[in-house]
Amino acid sequence: MDNLSSLTVEGQPLQEWVNQALVKVTQTSDSQTLDQLRVNYLGKKSDLTSLLKTLGKLPAEERPKAGDEINQAKQQIQTALNARKEALDSAALNARLAAESIDITLPGRGQAIGGLHPVTRTINRIEDFFSSIGFTVAEGPEVEDNYHNFEALNIPAHHPARAMHDTFYFNADTLLRTHTSPVQVREMENKQPPIRIICPGRVYRCDSDMTHSPMFHQVEGLLIDENISFADLKGILQQFLRAFFEQDLKVRFRPSYFPFTEPSIEVDVDRGDGRWLEVLGCGMVHPRVLEMSGIDPEKYTGFAFGMGVERFAMLRYGVDDLRQFFDNDIKFLSQLS
Amino acid sequence: MKFSENWLREWVNPALDSDSLDEQLSLAGLEIDGREAAAGDFTGVVIGEILSAEPHPNADKLQVCSVTDGTETVTVVCGAPNARAGLKTAFARIGAVLPGNFKIKKAKLRDVESFGMLSSEQELGLSESHDGIMELPANAPVGKDIRDYLQLDDQIFDVDLTPNRSDCLSIVGLARELGVLNKMSVTQPVFNHIAATIDDQPKITLEAPIACPRYLGRIIRDVNIQATTPLWMQEKLRRGGIRSLDPVVDITNYVMLELGQPLHAFDLANISGGITVRFAKESEALTLLNGTALTLKSDNLVIADEQKILALAGIMGGEASGCNEITQDLMLEVAYFDPLSLAGKARGYGLHTDASHRFERGVDFKLQERAMERATELLLEITGGKPGPITEAVSEENLPVRQPVTLRKARLEQLLAIRLDDAEVNDILTRLGLEVTDTGAAWVAQVPSYRFDISIEEDLIEEVARIYGYGNLPVKAPMANLIIQSHPEGKINPRKIRELLISRGYQEAITYSFIDPKWSLIFDPNNEPLALANPISTELSVMRTSLLPGLAKALSHNQKRQQPRVRLFETGLRFIKQADQSLEQEPMLAGLISGSRFQEGWASKTEEVDFYDIKGDLEALIDLGNQSERWQFRVASNPALHPGQSAEIFYLQDDGSLVAAGWIGALHPQLMKSLDLRGKVFVFEVTLASITQGQVPNFKAVSRFPEMRRDLALVIDVELPIGQLLQEARIQGGEWLQKVTLFDVYQGKGVEEGKKSLALGLTWQHPSRTLTDEEINTQINQVVTAFSQGYAAELRS
Repeated sequence: MDNLSSLTVEGQPLQEWVNQALVKVTQTSDSQTLDQLRVNYLGKKSDLTSLLKTLGKLPAEERPKAGDEINQAKQQIQTALNARKEALDSAALNARLAAESIDITLPGRGQAIGGLHPVTRTINRIEDFFSSIGFTVAEGPEVEDNYHNFEALNIPAHHPARAMHDTFYFNADTLLRTHTSPVQVREMENKQPPIRIICPGRVYRCDSDMTHSPMFHQVEGLLIDENISFADLKGILQQFLRAFFEQDLKVRFRPSYFPFTEPSIEVDVDRGDGRWLEVLGCGMVHPRVLEMSGIDPEKYTGFAFGMGVERFAMLRYGVDDLRQFFDNDIKFLSQLS
Repeated sequence: MKFSENWLREWVNPALDSDSLDEQLSLAGLEIDGREAAAGDFTGVVIGEILSAEPHPNADKLQVCSVTDGTETVTVVCGAPNARAGLKTAFARIGAVLPGNFKIKKAKLRDVESFGMLSSEQELGLSESHDGIMELPANAPVGKDIRDYLQLDDQIFDVDLTPNRSDCLSIVGLARELGVLNKMSVTQPVFNHIAATIDDQPKITLEAPIACPRYLGRIIRDVNIQATTPLWMQEKLRRGGIRSLDPVVDITNYVMLELGQPLHAFDLANISGGITVRFAKESEALTLLNGTALTLKSDNLVIADEQKILALAGIMGGEASGCNEITQDLMLEVAYFDPLSLAGKARGYGLHTDASHRFERGVDFKLQERAMERATELLLEITGGKPGPITEAVSEENLPVRQPVTLRKARLEQLLAIRLDDAEVNDILTRLGLEVTDTGAAWVAQVPSYRFDISIEEDLIEEVARIYGYGNLPVKAPMANLIIQSHPEGKINPRKIRELLISRGYQEAITYSFIDPKWSLIFDPNNEPLALANPISTELSVMRTSLLPGLAKALSHNQKRQQPRVRLFETGLRFIKQADQSLEQEPMLAGLISGSRFQEGWASKTEEVDFYDIKGDLEALIDLGNQSERWQFRVASNPALHPGQSAEIFYLQDDGSLVAAGWIGALHPQLMKSLDLRGKVFVFEVTLASITQGQVPNFKAVSRFPEMRRDLALVIDVELPIGQLLQEARIQGGEWLQKVTLFDVYQGKGVEEGKKSLALGLTWQHPSRTLTDEEINTQINQVVTAFSQGYAAELRS
């Protein structure tokens, strides 16, 4: 091509001029100078543009070739300018990114999360298992009358079972409920079967030491329908215990006594260490209890069960002192939330 | 109740080891609470006889004894004061190992060589008694291993019987159960009639025949109360948890453990005339055997003679009528007391005795004669004496009646979900002592006098299930009618409320529902709290009328433990007495914050919380309900709260009425001081009913047209609540006003004293077109006019 070219810029052969321009572009280190070079080399007043304007003076047969040469020169410079711009931009971005980097190991900003009380957490879990099979939650008063706490549950005055409930009284007829069973009574009084409820809540016993708190929580459940048998009770509670502890544990049903159920049962579990731990009481609802609340015991049968929430929470989370539940020590609560 | 395993096995001895026996009884409803060995772990201890005992040459308190084990005679140095020639005792020979792996070796005590050790009961792990070395009877065979002699390879079982199973409060009763469980026959108790050798008879009158329908008395003269209770009896009593006292008391206790019938022996010399079983007269006095002086009530059943009360019936004998070391003649009492008449009476005096425990639960009402004969027989054997005839006073019509109980086969099958073999059911019931008739579709069972817990069909079902084994009954997966429960969407689940507070940094607390009356008075002087009649302590004696005292107490607990940053909430009932004496038990939600706004950290400087932090939290809760416009905060006074930083909260109901929903504010500094709380504390308490109300969202089309915003800078009186201006702006801004934003409040330099400046942004948007400047100007002028006319607000340039 060189030998054919007779084109010159400022007295220099075109190619030489182009090569000098390329060196300048490559050596440019800021984008402002680069922009200036673009104007100088390729702008309307540039030498190259002037050269292009002289094309018309050339003989017709030389024009295409000369045009090609000029365009090629233009392209070479254009490409170099673009490449240089990209390199400068990318270097600038990298510099900015480096300058903007932060210590990502610093803790985040804002409100730290709180937590549920372990008793509520445990109640929620228990509720969820039972609501998944159609139980609904029922609640009731904590200051109760004798009738709903005792009489309606087949515990007449002076029944030895009353000694099992160290009761807080306000007067002869008003007391703090000793279990959540009165909620079940109120439900039965107001509704005909099928009844499928779960009653979580605070209960009170006049007793306080390492293993007794004057206030604690129970979840009791009640299912009444036609043809409910002992086998249903066993099935539900066995499934529940295995689900709660997330373990295929051994479950044992042991005869016991509660005035409001018959047969009455205490349930023990063995979580794999060979020790039986009593975890809940249950039984088939006593026909007298059904009758007193206006349900026909010939037509309907059912079962009831009750468990101490703190006990479940202790077993589940490894808490060893019942009394800690109500100190509300932040350090205790935040561990178990 | 504690009992000796060996004793039980004398009556029925199934081929089960102790562990299996324990499990079998527990699984039949006789829960074994604990077990311990009847003696410590020791070997090599035999019966030794002290041939001579001489003072130790070098020690005052020691004796040098010559002891034989029947084959060999050795020297033993002994420190027990009761070591004496002729005494037979426990002799640990060289090579014996006592409890605690204590090996007996040859020893030298003050220069005298000793070949073995004479042992006390305590050293053998038999009892806590350490009044010297064991004293064995004269006929004890020298050389015999003491473990064999006293049958010490035995376990003490502790059975925790439920209140319905009084029939098992005896060896006979436990043996009966064990026989049923193992289908084995049980040794029946001996029942020898003792012939009277004297004619003396007490005169007995039943004045309270409902409470005491049967009372037997027998006079026994010339009893040797100095006799020693035989070792076998002492041992059985010991393993039954009863201390040996004198032979008369021991025998009555023994018969009680064996048969389940409590007995009592009076010193005949202390009885004047006939015996009357009656109720006490109000305020009659009695001093019990244990020294307690009682003032009786008219519902206390007593045993009295013609002058005084002898005993609190079925609970404990009186001190004045009891036997002592010079007693010669006795009157033995065996009675049946009605459980209901005795129920709670012992507890009423803080008493609980083996007798009251049994009578309250029910003693076999046909057992009295048998128990009397058994006790007499043992007395004659051990203490000697001349028995008179038994005198029985009975009110047949007041004895319990056992009605036959029917068990339908279909019902049994339905309830247990299994068809049991008729013969098996029949066998179970018969072995339990019921007389069973099979009528084809049912069994009719006659209930024995020792069962107080079988009167309806379910009682029999329970017995069958219990003996068959709960573990052997079938298991079914629960079947449910699939009914979708309704969950009103407009009602906010309390779980969502808890979650929101938790994500805003609150920790859930659970505080006692009963609190200190002092705290109640400080927080809520206007409501007199409901007081417990029998509180566990003064600090927990009245029902809370607010959740705030409990949260404040939890704060105090944490502040004392270097935890100054506390954010707590609680849900639960408050208890408020109403004018008509009824009690309102209302679910509440309360929160408390104190300490720094955020946890101490690098990102911001540590600032203490203020009113607007807790208000923001409460407003977030309110926003859950989608109807924040229904809520109002009003200046009002609450004795627990700072008067300048508190508000009463109201909720506008559907019917247009405004109900008080709760309070928010800073705790009153005076209250803080008296409760020793530090820092600043902000609280809120609202009814759960108000905060869980909400409405289902209602969609409005989103406008495509531009929003227009105008900002206003105003100067107003410093006392003017800005909330009123915001409310006014919403009213005057016209129907296209979307939003009122308060973006600055300032008071201080550059603003006239007594004034404050604020900046408001008002945003308009039309659903279907672009609003014109003219329209906006009209609205803004309306707002400004209302501000200046109603609130003396000046526009700031």
